[in-house]
Amino acid sequence: MSSAISREDVAHLASLARISLSEDELDRLGAELPAILDHVAAVQEAASADVPAMSHPVPIDNVFRDDVVRPGLTPDEALAGAPASEEQRFLVPQILGED
Amino acid sequence: MSDPVRLKAAEIAEALGDGSLTSVDVTQAHLDRIADVDDRLGAFLHVDPEGALATAADVDARRAAGETLPTLAGVPVAVKDLINTVGQPTTAGSRILEGWVPPYDATVVTRLRAAGLPILGKTNLDEFAMGSSNEHSAYKPARNPWDTERIPGGSSGGSAAAVAGYEAPLALGTDTGGSIRQPGAMTGIVGVKPTYGGVSRYGVIAMASSLDQVGPMARSVLDAALLHEVLAGHDPRDSTSLDAPVPSVVDAARRGDVTGLRVGVVKELGGEGFQPGVQQRFDETVELLAQAGAEVVEVSCPSFEHGIAAYYLVMPSEVSSNLARFDAMRYGLRVTPDGPPASAEQVMAASRDAGFGDEVKRRIILGTYALSSGYYDAYYGSAQKVRTLVARDFAAAFEQVDVLVSPTTPTTAWRLGEKSDDPLAMYLEDVATIPANLAGVPGLSLPVGLASDTGLPVGVQVLAPALADDRLYNVGAALERLVDAPVLADIDAGAAR
Repeated sequence: MSSAISREDVAHLASLARISLSEDELDRLGAELPAILDHVAAVQEAASADVPAMSHPVPIDNVFRDDVVRPGLTPDEALAGAPASEEQRFLVPQILGED
Repeated sequence: MSDPVRLKAAEIAEALGDGSLTSVDVTQAHLDRIADVDDRLGAFLHVDPEGALATAADVDARRAAGETLPTLAGVPVAVKDLINTVGQPTTAGSRILEGWVPPYDATVVTRLRAAGLPILGKTNLDEFAMGSSNEHSAYKPARNPWDTERIPGGSSGGSAAAVAGYEAPLALGTDTGGSIRQPGAMTGIVGVKPTYGGVSRYGVIAMASSLDQVGPMARSVLDAALLHEVLAGHDPRDSTSLDAPVPSVVDAARRGDVTGLRVGVVKELGGEGFQPGVQQRFDETVELLAQAGAEVVEVSCPSFEHGIAAYYLVMPSEVSSNLARFDAMRYGLRVTPDGPPASAEQVMAASRDAGFGDEVKRRIILGTYALSSGYYDAYYGSAQKVRTLVARDFAAAFEQVDVLVSPTTPTTAWRLGEKSDDPLAMYLEDVATIPANLAGVPGLSLPVGLASDTGLPVGVQVLAPALADDRLYNVGAALERLVDAPVLADIDAGAAR
């Protein structure tokens, strides 16, 4: 697989990642990423199809705790770092469209 | 009594125990040292004299009242600013968390407080622990006490500089691909990445969750073991925390006997690409182990050569997911773009552009690419397979030997700015440390002297099977006695005996 990645690709990825990159940043990443991708693409030849994937160093199944009420943050503590809050809630910009 | 800042943690603990020093004296001496030298080292992002002295006074009062205290009670410690501390800002070295004060402590911080260690402050790091030089801190670079024109390593560069520069006897670091061991090697101190799951990650800002581990940094193997014992053990608040007994690391650090121990030299981690002065010190260290009665053999781990490639796919993928939480809604920087009222999504994108630095953006974009439809199998999927191969190499090696050794890093500390324009060159510095993170095994780096070609510290890495962290400390303690590694005389003054 070719690891070619264009400036347009970077712009698309940035929009997926919710980062409004500047024109300069798009230029720079567009220039840097191909070299990095060429290097990491070596993984494609390193392992044969029958090798299982490993997502985690420790084989663990779901870990549950007992379903009992335990102390948590107070509303004031939870909101202490909020950019804006109102009536014990996070105040955020408009999420849905007008219509 | 010599200057308290020159004492090792175990020596301070002993002096506190016999009453020849108080914790307030020791803590104040370190705070004075920070005030004197940190403008040259840049090791701290925040210093907390009041909090540290209050803990010290409390410990002194309890000791005076005859209370039996934990071994390290009253010994000051510095905490990497990736780790949540109530009452002190936690920035992750990023503008996006500038001034943020966490509403809860990390479990490791809870354990430090319970054990009575005064917390001096929060140490500098590459932003969100992404980097090998500390130059990616959004605030300032930390500097190497041996030569302040050089990097202290990263990402736990501030913790390394603080311990090496006598600002703190102990520090916490985090290690995702070498971020404790590599700065340990660069600054001539001991740094340990415990077994994955051996130390709780609760309250530690996540970079790559399947790789991150918290660990100790110190000026001796025993000091690191004493701190390791405070930190380690099962935490129900971290679902990846291992419910297993903590290896007896302190006993091992007091033992230091390699007679009959089988030591494997990793063939792939040395030779070409390694600085001659580093290789020379490493070879001498291996010879010392053999003379001390260890059985030394060469071991091949062929998949390690693909470790960097796999790591620089797995890690950014997890980064792109983990850092999605910095969305300008609940905490952290919020930037509202000019113009008509902005949507939440527009605020998010503007805040993340303003709040994240270049390396963080680079990794988020790389990870987003590796996980995107059409590329997932070729990149992320293949990297996960390589991870299996690396784990298999370790398993096969540990059937032949008890521990593996290699140079911790290919080079000694480089000059600030030397690799800044070439991210790939910086990534390649992690070649020897990454395999342990991919497989989840523990690793220790300790200083073995100065490179003859650069006059800067060289680190040797010891690797052991998962949950055999005690072997690291046993070998480390033995090497510490066998190797005559010089200590730093003072900042920029080079080495003195």
